[in-house]
Amino acid sequence: MNNEFTAIYFMWKREIIRFIRSKSRVIGSLGMPFFFLAIVGSGLGGALNLPGVEGGYMDFVAPGIIAMVILFGSIFSGVIVIMDRQFGFLKETMIAPVKRTSIVIGKALGGGTTAVIQGIIMLLIAMLLGVQINFANIILALIFMFVVSVSFVSLGIAIASTMEDIHGFQLVVNFIIMPIFFLSGAIFPLDTAPDVIRYLSYVDPLTYVVDVLRYLLIGYSAIPLETSIAVVLVFLAATTSVAVYLFNRIES
Amino acid sequence: MNAIETKGLVKKFGVLKAVDDVSLEIKEGEIFGLLGPNGAGKTTFISMLVTLKKPTSGKASVNDFDIVKNSDDVRKSIGIVFQDPSVDDELTAYENLELHAAMYGIPADERRKRIEKVIEMVELKERLNDAVKTFSGGMRRRLEIARGLLHNPKILFLDEPTLGLDPQTRKHIWEYIREMKGKHNVTIVLTTHYMDEADLLCDRIAIIDHGKIIAMDTGEALKDTLGGDIISIETDCSEKLGKLVKKLKWVKDAKRHNGKIALRVEKGERKIPELMNIAKESEIKVKSVSLHRPTLDDVFLHYTGRTIREEEASAKDRMRLRVNARRRTR
Repeated sequence: MNNEFTAIYFMWKREIIRFIRSKSRVIGSLGMPFFFLAIVGSGLGGALNLPGVEGGYMDFVAPGIIAMVILFGSIFSGVIVIMDRQFGFLKETMIAPVKRTSIVIGKALGGGTTAVIQGIIMLLIAMLLGVQINFANIILALIFMFVVSVSFVSLGIAIASTMEDIHGFQLVVNFIIMPIFFLSGAIFPLDTAPDVIRYLSYVDPLTYVVDVLRYLLIGYSAIPLETSIAVVLVFLAATTSVAVYLFNRIES
Repeated sequence: MNAIETKGLVKKFGVLKAVDDVSLEIKEGEIFGLLGPNGAGKTTFISMLVTLKKPTSGKASVNDFDIVKNSDDVRKSIGIVFQDPSVDDELTAYENLELHAAMYGIPADERRKRIEKVIEMVELKERLNDAVKTFSGGMRRRLEIARGLLHNPKILFLDEPTLGLDPQTRKHIWEYIREMKGKHNVTIVLTTHYMDEADLLCDRIAIIDHGKIIAMDTGEALKDTLGGDIISIETDCSEKLGKLVKKLKWVKDAKRHNGKIALRVEKGERKIPELMNIAKESEIKVKSVSLHRPTLDDVFLHYTGRTIREEEASAKDRMRLRVNARRRTR
């Protein structure tokens, strides 16, 4: 058992080392959200008046953009499974005398950690741009971000476990994260959205993520907190189970 | 004692039998070679022994552990160097080795000592903290050998250990392999399609073709079964000459392949003039003649009617066809 924990720790550490060594990836992944927040956020801020939101559009959209960074950063880190297969490292982990479940958990925690780091950087950028953050809940917010990240990394690992090439993975992931992001109410309030959009948003896990982040960071919420937390935890359980199941099925 | 025993091991991929009823015993402390052309089933056979693939039927034990029921015990007691690289390029050599040591249950306080020991053996000590992506192909292979030895395995599996390496690095790797056997009493199982490698390095050799073992013995014994000399003769009409020489009493065996005829004879140097006369009388033009002691390639030719080199070329053709077919369907 002890050995399994060691394996999880070293798989986690490997993700962290790889993340630190690829600075271009970090900067690249933060580029789009930054411009989104800086340009769209401030551009629309002057034109929009959101009822119930104190700080204006910029404050409203900042938690949504942080959720976006976490979503993109974590789900794409599932690509490591395909890269390991292509560059052969997967075999080394497959024949190690540890459970494959430990390998998946290590990768998910590692990818989750790196996504949270990107989320924190985005949070700091938001503050520099003048967004008012509620610091009382910052620790809770970070823990929540980590749980969400691990869920989406698991989703990425699950998808990557069924695919052989990186381009296919990127296409599939792009295909699913766009609706996840735009339907989540990250960039507009859902209560004034058309019914179709609103109903669709209820089946989007990111809707609940954005709502909790908004509650914790700027004190605005549209969904009962218990509901959101429950949905996020169910989502975490589901994605990790599927990731473990599909990763275990990989044939060398 | 036997390090490895297999009984009727079979692996099917659909209808294709990649490994077909292989039974063998490998003794502790020996260097055992699996020699055969690409696609003969060597890698699949090894994959089953190292618990990467499950056999379709049959049994095998490695270090007395069943490969299906006790796969974790098998894994802890063996080291593997794959045909394709399997190190993480982004990590340093040290980080790769440390990760391996941790996963194989080596206690934290022992890891550095062990890593230093194996890295010295493969002469990569000064590169220990460099990222693997800066390594050459030969250095990577050496690093993988070091990693395979890190957890003191009783058996080391090497799948085509010198494939694609320059002659100097090949010799180096042969030295490590001998050293492992000599100093550390590690049993070595290696696959290769290089005849010289099998011949020079291995205590015993199994020749494998289409998933079956067609001959198994020491290199010398395999060559001795053929006996005498091999005359290889290239002409413009090998069919006609083939028929003629088969009538000769002193020709033990004649195999036609690729426009050449390989004759098994005693005292070959005295038979060449006779052959030249026969050719001249039948107005066959001789392009080249060579005389040599039987090699493992001749042994392969004897059992299969093909040489490994020819098989090699056609395997490449098949691969090319497959790749082209895949491209077309895209």
